[in-house]
Amino acid sequence: MSAFKPLPDLPPPANTVGPIGWARSNLFNGPVNSVLTLFALYLMYLALDWFITWGLINADWFGESREACTSGGACWVFVTARITQFTYGFYPEDLIWRVDIVFALFAACLIWLMVDRSPAKGWVAAFTLFLFPFIAYFLLRGDAFGLESVDTHKWGGLMLTLIIAVVGIVASLPIGILLALGRRSDMPFIRSVCIVYIEFWRGVPLITVLFMASVMLPLFMSEGVEFDKLARAMIGVVMFQSAYMAEVVRGGLQAIPKGQYEAAQALGLSYWKMMGLIILPQALKLMIPGIVNTFIALFKDTSLVLIIGLFDLLAIVQSALNDPKWLGYSVEGYLFVGFVFWAFCFGMSRYSMRLERKLNTGHR
Amino acid sequence: MNATNSAEDRPVIIRLNGVNKWYGSFHVLKDINLNVLKGERIVVCGPSGSGKSTMIRCINRLEEHQKGDIIVNDIPLTNDIKNIDIVRREVGMVFQHFNLFPHLTVLENCTLAPVWVRKMPKKEAEEIAMQYLERVKIPQQALKYPGQLSGGQQQRVAIARSLCMNPEVMLFDEPTSALDPEMIKEVLDVMIELAESGMTMICVTHEMGFAKTVANRVIFMDQGQIVEENEPNEFFHNPQNERTQLFLSQILQH
Repeated sequence: MSAFKPLPDLPPPANTVGPIGWARSNLFNGPVNSVLTLFALYLMYLALDWFITWGLINADWFGESREACTSGGACWVFVTARITQFTYGFYPEDLIWRVDIVFALFAACLIWLMVDRSPAKGWVAAFTLFLFPFIAYFLLRGDAFGLESVDTHKWGGLMLTLIIAVVGIVASLPIGILLALGRRSDMPFIRSVCIVYIEFWRGVPLITVLFMASVMLPLFMSEGVEFDKLARAMIGVVMFQSAYMAEVVRGGLQAIPKGQYEAAQALGLSYWKMMGLIILPQALKLMIPGIVNTFIALFKDTSLVLIIGLFDLLAIVQSALNDPKWLGYSVEGYLFVGFVFWAFCFGMSRYSMRLERKLNTGHR
Repeated sequence: MNATNSAEDRPVIIRLNGVNKWYGSFHVLKDINLNVLKGERIVVCGPSGSGKSTMIRCINRLEEHQKGDIIVNDIPLTNDIKNIDIVRREVGMVFQHFNLFPHLTVLENCTLAPVWVRKMPKKEAEEIAMQYLERVKIPQQALKYPGQLSGGQQQRVAIARSLCMNPEVMLFDEPTSALDPEMIKEVLDVMIELAESGMTMICVTHEMGFAKTVANRVIFMDQGQIVEENEPNEFFHNPQNERTQLFLSQILQH
């Protein structure tokens, strides 16, 4: 009897691996694609060349007024001179340190939670979710602990954008999960309530929701009852987005095989333990792209609050463009707004991709 | 096996009394009567669609029966969630497709239910889990994820996971049907070892060799009914019912 002897493994042909192999198979795998690749490279060169000359080399960066813009390129002075207003809106300048503390604290918590090896993640997460909102509220709003009161109509700019977006994101995910579970529930009453809620809020445009919240709602309330406009807008955003979130979550729940439910039940786990320990961790992992997609859409949708007279980043830059002293710099203004929105959205997108890779345990 | 001699003094652990079940208007289980004694090893076989899986899934209420009584360990299975939870704690189940939790390591799969359902301290649960993983001969895989294991290894983990709850009864729903031929033996070996340790087992399987080796009783089902039941020697060599003879001639031909 002859013994089985496997052949040795040989390295692959040299031009199929590495950067050359990649370029051959992706960019130059045929005459048409080669021409298209070269054409695209040329277009990219044109665009970048224009932007770098106009926006970086020939640009003016600092100054007090438009007189500082002399070199004919982009006038970033418009942005830098007003950066405080773009960031904090009409927040009293001597109290801006309070906003800075909130930003710094939030950033510190986020970084702590994102770094893989940081200790005591549970406590930091609990702090961020349960304690931080109160700290942030009292610091920003004041009117307690001897802090001077700052009314919410003075909030604006990037600060307002971030507040609405973060509140929207943090609140809509858990509400969305509960709605999705409710929609899949066996109990007819709960199921109907969730379906009606989701279908109603998904069916109306966000602008309508915000408009109703700011114009219609006060009409129904009795004289003298004031309900903060920003709070109304935030509730509107949360209700609207949680309906979207619910459908994303439902999609993820349906992707979990029945066997996972059965195995959890067979081990004696109760409904909530089964959901919390087995189903949702897997479903949420599958749903990361969908969830982050919704987050990004929400982040950009916050600029719709300008319709009810709140000055988010976009609105405040727009109003600055109407300032007679700065007429004619709308390209710079919109590029700046676009860049800030893009930077946050891109950050979320990259983080979600990292999270997906980290959580991938060789599924099934 | 000397099981038949001592059968009379052992308590009945599972009692199915006139159990009926319908899927919509389709009558899947027709008047099932079955008593399982403590320590008994029962193999259920029959053609596909005969209701064998449905029957054992009724025993831990993964399926609901509509008529008749199922009593497990003196606890009747009704809509009472509390009873269902108690029964599920005492009845382990192994599935055809393993159904391990892919987001947890092998060890976490095994400790999850003891920690969250039995409220066992994590340390103790891990020690017990390692004992059972050793018993199914894969302690060295404890920190891997199920996706990194072969089918046979996954199924052995699934058996260990059930055993960690220290159940009174183990249900096996075609545990080797989804496995490559090379891996069937390693799973059957574990099951035989388990049977020899005195566990009460109900196995839906087509492994007739396994039935001959360990079963006290073989049950043949067709069209939702128990057609024939007997001890394995009689069952295989002297089947009484025509339907059983046909089934056996088909599966034992090769």
